[in-house]
Amino acid sequence: MSSKTVQAIFDDDDVLLKAVKELKAANYDIEEVFTPFPVHGLEKAVGLKNTRIAITSFIYGVIGLLFAIWMMNYMMVVDWPQNIGGKPSFSFRENMPAFVPIMFELTVFFAAHLMVITFYMRSKLWPFKKAENPDVRTTDDHFMVEVSTEDNVEKLEEFLKNNGAKEIKLKA
Amino acid sequence: MSHYEAPIREPLILGNKSYHDISVDVAKPVEGKANKKWWIAFTIALVAFLYGIGAILYTIGTGIGVWGLNNRINWAWDITNFVWWVGIGHAGTLISAVLLLFRQKWRMGINRSAEAMTIFAVFQAGLFPIIHMGRVWNAFYVLPLPNALGSLWVNFNSPLLWDVFAISTYLSVSLVFWYTGLLPDFAMLRDRAIRPFQKKIYGILSFGWSGRLKDWQRFEEVSLVLAGLATPLVLSVHTIVSMDFATSVIPGWHSTIFPPYFVAGAIFSGFAMVQTLLIIMRKVSNLEDYITITHIENMNKVILLTGGIVSVAYITEFFIGWYSGSSYEDYTYMSIGAATGPYWWAFWILITCNFILPQTLWFKKLRTSYIWSFFIAMVIHVGMWFERFDIIVIDLSRGHLPSSWTMFSPTFVDIAIFIGTLGFFFVLFLLYARTFPVIAQAELKSILKSSGDNYKKLRE
Repeated sequence: MSSKTVQAIFDDDDVLLKAVKELKAANYDIEEVFTPFPVHGLEKAVGLKNTRIAITSFIYGVIGLLFAIWMMNYMMVVDWPQNIGGKPSFSFRENMPAFVPIMFELTVFFAAHLMVITFYMRSKLWPFKKAENPDVRTTDDHFMVEVSTEDNVEKLEEFLKNNGAKEIKLKA
Repeated sequence: MSHYEAPIREPLILGNKSYHDISVDVAKPVEGKANKKWWIAFTIALVAFLYGIGAILYTIGTGIGVWGLNNRINWAWDITNFVWWVGIGHAGTLISAVLLLFRQKWRMGINRSAEAMTIFAVFQAGLFPIIHMGRVWNAFYVLPLPNALGSLWVNFNSPLLWDVFAISTYLSVSLVFWYTGLLPDFAMLRDRAIRPFQKKIYGILSFGWSGRLKDWQRFEEVSLVLAGLATPLVLSVHTIVSMDFATSVIPGWHSTIFPPYFVAGAIFSGFAMVQTLLIIMRKVSNLEDYITITHIENMNKVILLTGGIVSVAYITEFFIGWYSGSSYEDYTYMSIGAATGPYWWAFWILITCNFILPQTLWFKKLRTSYIWSFFIAMVIHVGMWFERFDIIVIDLSRGHLPSSWTMFSPTFVDIAIFIGTLGFFFVLFLLYARTFPVIAQAELKSILKSSGDNYKKLRE
């Protein structure tokens, strides 16, 4: 038996949040929600897991820090040590304090940029990507919930209507 | 629902707004036609920009000798302008990052324009060190690349090189922070667009943003982490700029107070630029309901605080210079020698503009006046420019060797390049104001029910 997806449009975030909670309580399967702005508490109501993107940022930052240490040590101590202004750079230990600013900058550089790239890749955002919101009003002031059901579609539509949905249609 | 906000807090969105009204108001400057005033302003800015380009090409073609630099004063307008622009470029990320961490909702009406202003200002700043190299075609020597000189690497002990890393990290991180925040707003413009060309352009710019729940969750997390990263970053940038001076042995530059004092000065001047631009933009783009007197007053309070920090630093510098008993310290930019010497006028402009006049903002009546806020912002631009001029030129004009004491006078090329960067800045900002969503409308919608005027009244 194939499942069908119903798209319900709401025009208020509080009504939407309440409807989503009701849907969850009635054990419906919420496939996707499209909103024009972040609705607080919605991801908890839908039961979305926390994102791990902050953890990736930490890892990228550590990589950036290690890269900075390696780069400056290689260039100034290993490859071509020089005596600059009476301050010779013959060991990492002696030179390290001068390396701190760039260690910091590269940590931030790696953590920020690689995290944003990860975000764009994971959420499939790039130039010339086609938008996938089914209704253009969902970037303005409407909210759409996609609910799938295996059995009675009419029952689900009735349920959504009772919970404040403004429009309901079957996903093609 | 949980939209409660203490009634004592001023509403941040005035008028009887719905979510749709916010979309309409933010899209209006983009969808409408430019009026005559915009074209006049744009033309003036463009002419200034072209004049500056001419002066830059003349400098590159002939050499740095066309500037007013001399043997003793080898940094002057160029580095003054560089530090001035970098300082201005500190407000945007401060507003979007630091105020985000402090959960200041009033940042949402102004963060987009402040960040745009930041990015455009850092562009201007970046021009000066590059032109000052003289042989701009060798500018890539500042990058740690294997090169034709037997891979003679860059000098990581030099604050000038730290600057290269700090400013490029700052510019690029601010850019992605800004752009990520723009995605949902570009998507809104894309979905409203009627003309196919506009739809196409905003479709490309929005990266196919669809507003899925998971995307929003990641979006908020990314914004928070970027804010956490950008906060120390913004402080590090001007700290490092100040080290360009502080690690040298020139009297007046060799000062441990410089890093915190420069950072405060940068925020001071950056907020002044945000005030200048937004007081005009709220009128021209009909955004009076979103950029309210509450926003202006809050920014004035930040100006008052950072101006206070700067003033305390001046007093400290002045006192320590005198207390050191060193005769060389009597000629630094904060000394009796400077106040009464040949550069007395530059000293007193600095004191009047940065120290005395901003104190008027202690009066609520004055800091809640658009005209006075605008006037003070202009005064601060002048004052902060002179602060850097004083630090650089006054300190250099009186060195350890009295026989080389001299004065500086700029040539028309110095002036033209400065005017050119002002033109370039306004060209970018004017184009931005007509093509970008100038308010972070998605974020603003999320606070409409807690901070909107009509919703606040409803709860009473």
